[in-house]
Amino acid sequence: MNDDDAVFKALADPTRRFLLDLLFERDGRTLTELESELEMTRFGVMKHLRVLEEAGLVVTQRSGREKLHYLNPVPIQLIHDRWIDKFRERHVSALTELKAKLEES
Amino acid sequence: MTAKTETTQVYRVYIKASPEAIWDAITKPEWTERYGYTGLVDFDLRPGGAYKVRPTEAFKKESEANFGGELPEVIIDGEVVEADPPRKLVHTFRMLMDPGMAAEPYTRLTYEIKELDDKVCSLTLTHELEGAPNLASLVRGDQEEYGAGGGHAWVLSELKTLLETGKVFAE
Repeated sequence: MNDDDAVFKALADPTRRFLLDLLFERDGRTLTELESELEMTRFGVMKHLRVLEEAGLVVTQRSGREKLHYLNPVPIQLIHDRWIDKFRERHVSALTELKAKLEES
Repeated sequence: MTAKTETTQVYRVYIKASPEAIWDAITKPEWTERYGYTGLVDFDLRPGGAYKVRPTEAFKKESEANFGGELPEVIIDGEVVEADPPRKLVHTFRMLMDPGMAAEPYTRLTYEIKELDDKVCSLTLTHELEGAPNLASLVRGDQEEYGAGGGHAWVLSELKTLLETGKVFAE
């Protein structure tokens, strides 16, 4: 649940990225609204939404009789933070080494 | 589709921590000063109780150096609507650091903590932002390039990292 594999797998599909783009433009849409933007059966759209939900990229909330879909950017933020931090660490350690080398000579 | 649902933002993060630890990390200043915007929260945790956020000295200095002017003593204010520790917290929220945002109506934040399997909790944050487009843009992280931080997604990512590893990236 919500691990990196699920996020990357969910993002690997163009239809699912399109669904996320739709929610980015306007958040909190119903299945019917999302479906109207796609040349796809209701069942197909539901299947894609389920993959996005399992990856944590979409969160649903009930509002009366309607189920609203919201784009959740936190899983992408987590991947971003972790990777950027990794690169930054390497960057810093490279500079530290350079400094040590320069001071040696 | 009402206007209200369109101006609502929903965030969810899974954290390996107890509901009590997550609750404390949201409601106690010794925790909130360690992640995200580092504001010192001051909650009177009962319906109608005051909610205030004060800047740390470091935040004050940095903000004044970057944006000029003096920060107010209270940078966010609001009122507690519901407090059910450690499961649910609802409070209103108004940002006072920026005149454009301070003029917007109070918005409403709901934190819900659910315990799942394997000592993992889900934390869902719902922010109802009707009539507050400036604040909506800030908390969505749209103004990050202007030094305004990454909004709720960034704050929740840091909160998770802090609770799971005991530190955040910047420390």
